[in-house]
Amino acid sequence: MRKSRIVGHIAAVFYPFCLVFGLYVVLHGHLTPGGGFQGGAVMATGAALMMVAGMFDEGEREIKYHHYKAIEAFGLLLFIGLAFAGILSGHGAFFRNIWANAGGWFGAPGESGSFNSGGLLPLMNLAVGVEVFGGISVILVTMIRAMKAAERGEDREDGDDEAEGAE
Amino acid sequence: MKHLFKFLVLAVLAAALWRCALAIPFGNPLAGTPLPPAMDEHYIAAARAETGASNVVTSIVFDYRGFDTLGEASVLFTAVLGVGLVLRKLNAKEKREARDAEE
Amino acid sequence: MNAILTHLPFVIAVTVAIAGLAVVLWRRNLIHVLMGMSLVESAVNLFLVALGYRHDAVAPIYTGLRDGGEGVRMVLPTVQALTLTAIVIGLATTAMMLSLVIVIHRHYGTTDVRDVRRLRE
Repeated sequence: MRKSRIVGHIAAVFYPFCLVFGLYVVLHGHLTPGGGFQGGAVMATGAALMMVAGMFDEGEREIKYHHYKAIEAFGLLLFIGLAFAGILSGHGAFFRNIWANAGGWFGAPGESGSFNSGGLLPLMNLAVGVEVFGGISVILVTMIRAMKAAERGEDREDGDDEAEGAE
Repeated sequence: MKHLFKFLVLAVLAAALWRCALAIPFGNPLAGTPLPPAMDEHYIAAARAETGASNVVTSIVFDYRGFDTLGEASVLFTAVLGVGLVLRKLNAKEKREARDAEE
Repeated sequence: MNAILTHLPFVIAVTVAIAGLAVVLWRRNLIHVLMGMSLVESAVNLFLVALGYRHDAVAPIYTGLRDGGEGVRMVLPTVQALTLTAIVIGLATTAMMLSLVIVIHRHYGTTDVRDVRRLRE
C-alpha cells in the first residue's frame, strides 16, 4: 500500500488537536457531558487517524505498541489505586470519595460548578480516559499489524498454513 | 422450510417486542407502578452534596456505582489481552517479515 | 397510530433490534453477522436511554443552570450510567469478535459461514 504524503501530514496536523480535545473532555468530565470513556475514545481517534494515514511505520509501530500497553496498564492501576484510597486513608470504604467537599485539591463544593470540585472523580476520569486511550490504541495497532500479515500471506504458498492448523 | 421457521421465530419475537414497546409509558418512567424512581431522585438531589461533582452521571459512574466501572475497565483490559492473544501468531509473523524485509 | 407516535423511541429501538436479528439469521458473511449483533446492541442502548426520559426535563448536569438548578426536572441518570457501561463493553466484545473473524479468514480463506462450518482436514 502506497502512503500519501499529503494525507499523512494533514493527519499529523490534526493529531495533537484530537489529543487536546480528548483531554478537555476527560478533564471536564465532572462538569460537562463527557468523561473518561468518551474522552479516551476521542484521543484514540487521533491515534487511529495517524495509523490509517500510515504515519506509524514498522519500527515505530513496535515502539508505540509498548507505549500504549504501558499507558493502558498505568491507567487501570491508577483507577484501582484511587478506588483503594478510601480504605487506605482509614476512614471510609472501597470507592469512597474521600476528597469530596473537603477543601484543598478538587475539594470545592460542587454548587459553583468550578473545575476544582468533585473530589476524586476528576482523577478517576483521568485514569479511565488514559486506560481507554491505551486500550483502543493497542487494539488498533494489533489489528492493523495482523491485517498486514494476512495481506502479505496472500501470495505465499500455503506451506505453513497447514502447520498452523495442526497446532 | 428453514427460512419459514426463521421467519416465524422473528415474527413472533417482533410482535411480542412491539407489544411491550407500546405498553411502556414513554416520558414518564415507572408511572402506574407502585415504585416511584426514588433512587434516581436521590441521586439527582444529593449528588452535588455527596460527591461534589456537577455532572450527576459522572457521580453515579465513578462514585455510587464505582464497582461497576471497575468491572467495566477490567472487561476492556481483558478484551485487549484477548485481541492480542488471538492475533498473536499473525503479529509475530508480521514482525518477523518486517525484520526480514529490512535486512 | 397515535400510540406509535407517543412511543416512538421504543418502537424504533425494537425495530432496530429486529432488523439486527434478521441480519444475524439470514446473512452468511461473518462480518455482516457481526454488524447485526452491533445493531442489536445499539438498539438495547437506545432502549435504555429512552427508558429514563422524562418530559420537560433537562440532562442531569447542574453546570450552567439558572439559580444553581433549583427545582429543575432532570431525566433519570442511572440508565445513562448503565448505558455508558454497556457501550464500552460492546466496544470490547466487538473488537474481540473482529479479531476472531480475522483469524477465521486467515485460516479458511473466507468469512462465509457455510465454508467455515466444516473442519478442514
